[in-house]
Amino acid sequence: MSVRRLDPHAERARRNRLHPRHLEFARPAWRWTSADGVTRINPHALGAIGPNGIKRIDRSGASVEAAAAGGPQASAEPSRRQVTIDTPTAYVAVVPELPEGRLSDHDRDLLGLARQLAEARGGAEAGVAVVAVAFQAEVAGLEEAGADRRIDLSSRVDADSYAPEARLAALAAVETALAPAHWIFADDFPGGGDLGRRLAARLALAGDAAARAATRVWQLSEGQTLSRAGDRQDIQRDVARVLLALPECAEPVSDTRHAATLLDLDASAGDASAAPGVIDRGRVAVDPQQIPLAQAPFILSAGRGVSDWDGYHHAAKVLGASEGASRVAVDDGYMPRARQVGATGTFVSASCYVAVGISGAVQHLQGITKCQRVVAINSDPSCDMVKRADFAIIGDGDAVLAAVCAQLGQPQPESGDSRHEEVRHDAA
Amino acid sequence: MTQPERSASAAGEARVVALVSSGRHPVSGRAGRAREDARAVEMGLALAGASLHLAHAGDAEDAALPEYLGMFHGLEGAGGPGELSLLPMAAGDDAVPLLANWLEAYGANLVLTGQRAECGEGSGLLPYLLAERLGWAVATGVAAIEHYAGDRVTVLQALPQGQRRRLEVRLPCLLCVDGVAPMPRQSAFGPSRRGRVEAVANVTAEPDTLQAAWQWQPARARPKRLKVVKSTNARDRFKAAAAKSAASGGQVLTDLTPDEAAQKLIDYLRAEKVLPAVQPGEDGQPSA
Repeated sequence: MSVRRLDPHAERARRNRLHPRHLEFARPAWRWTSADGVTRINPHALGAIGPNGIKRIDRSGASVEAAAAGGPQASAEPSRRQVTIDTPTAYVAVVPELPEGRLSDHDRDLLGLARQLAEARGGAEAGVAVVAVAFQAEVAGLEEAGADRRIDLSSRVDADSYAPEARLAALAAVETALAPAHWIFADDFPGGGDLGRRLAARLALAGDAAARAATRVWQLSEGQTLSRAGDRQDIQRDVARVLLALPECAEPVSDTRHAATLLDLDASAGDASAAPGVIDRGRVAVDPQQIPLAQAPFILSAGRGVSDWDGYHHAAKVLGASEGASRVAVDDGYMPRARQVGATGTFVSASCYVAVGISGAVQHLQGITKCQRVVAINSDPSCDMVKRADFAIIGDGDAVLAAVCAQLGQPQPESGDSRHEEVRHDAA
Repeated sequence: MTQPERSASAAGEARVVALVSSGRHPVSGRAGRAREDARAVEMGLALAGASLHLAHAGDAEDAALPEYLGMFHGLEGAGGPGELSLLPMAAGDDAVPLLANWLEAYGANLVLTGQRAECGEGSGLLPYLLAERLGWAVATGVAAIEHYAGDRVTVLQALPQGQRRRLEVRLPCLLCVDGVAPMPRQSAFGPSRRGRVEAVANVTAEPDTLQAAWQWQPARARPKRLKVVKSTNARDRFKAAAAKSAASGGQVLTDLTPDEAAQKLIDYLRAEKVLPAVQPGEDGQPSA
């Protein structure tokens, strides 16, 4: 039997950092395993003496990150588990919206909800597959979003035009071929909300009483769905066959990767033979200034840095953008109050927001948090708007806007010219 | 407001019906007109004038019915009092067979209604179930009726971000009116008293059996989604929690002449499909 023997002098010198022989006895490692098998940590041995002579303890792992070059990418994105289903026995169908041909956040939520429903039915072990039904050919990211199979209906339906009856016929063909346990749509008009209700009505009239859709589903808990009814009530009910779900109805898939194999359907089945009741006659040109500012897709916004207001209005017309303004421009009387963007004005949700001569006050940045792309034109490279922007140009806003109009072939008429025209107009 | 065009022959035989439901004020909860249904009635009045017929399946004592009838004022020509057909049924009954039978018997060829009810189930399924049962066309998100003649009606459909799409819908059809349609006129007291509510006889409603299994509860606020970072590394989790979402770190271009800057900006906007792509004929350069 071995007896642990301690040198009391050495222990004292080790404990007392002010002991003149402390360094002799200090343990070099800050963490060691004691004789009892217990991990011991010496907090005094942690860290390093910084350049100013003060000891610093870096628990952030920065030195580790600096040491391993390829490390951060691997750690930021944990590896996903591959899930493959060879022969599916049942299906959960999802019809993603695919705005601009890409999976949106809402679509990922729908696929996450479908995964939850598939897991409730036994998951991959039982052969329950999530199938994404797309009206477009090339959809990226379905593997990570959680689709085991995908169906491409682009050969039957024109993806660009609005043909709800043709789409419904294509979905009915999928229904006869696969008979999915659930259909999941995005509940927004006039996309999935329209199509899902059409399919639910078709299935309900065909005798499937359980096909009555659950609309505005926002949560799945304990095998039941919660859906918003009217304005002030929720309905808790068993999971319906057709679900029309709101955004954030479920967590998107994050830890598995799926196959998204293309499923071939019989091309001849279920053709839309009857004359369509709804015919798409194309988009209608909308005056951008008539669109409510909160909904406008493209906003050209002006602030204190703009001095040529005629040129700014002309540029908005040439670019086809709605006009917005910062608080300063409104207070100075150059723009109406209804055009003010920000916390005290309108919260905008443009897909592209161009800020000319706006330095980016906190209230203004709050108003544009929902904008997807922000372009800043500013003479100050250090302002907050340039930091926020996805694309920033350092320069004079008036000159850049004038050059944009010139390059698009519609330069602003000289002020003298316009006055001449006015005179002629009055004379006529 | 522009009036929809219609040919004289079609206007004579037009049997335009607006399906109305009881609403709740979004803040006070007071009973009254439903917002989208009121817009549907307004659209029907602009189209058919006083010949618009209202229909409601439910309770005769509903406070919303006089309010809809009070909208029959300020109409061109002989503006008679409003008429509303009431299909009596209890709250838990199925309205679809009643309305389908009544619409067929009445001979309606254009039916206007809101997208979604504010009371009850409020699923917005009713127009689709009716259309499927009757074999009619149905269009949703209608912002305006442009043209109404013959066997077709041309409407504008509201799209996200304030965009519009023109649709041609075969008659008879159901149109679901969106919240961006023209504002409804005020409801006046006199017309609401003069309007007639006729209960349709020989109507037997059947209870909605599916609805009996549901549990109704007051609406809860939806939980806000938390940003969960799945990482085994404490440093990554800390960085994700402390990161400013705004600082995305975009491209910054300095020291450009205005012409170069404009060219870069146009290229960026074209790449993001905000501006239309260059046509083959034009080169995008200034002509001078």
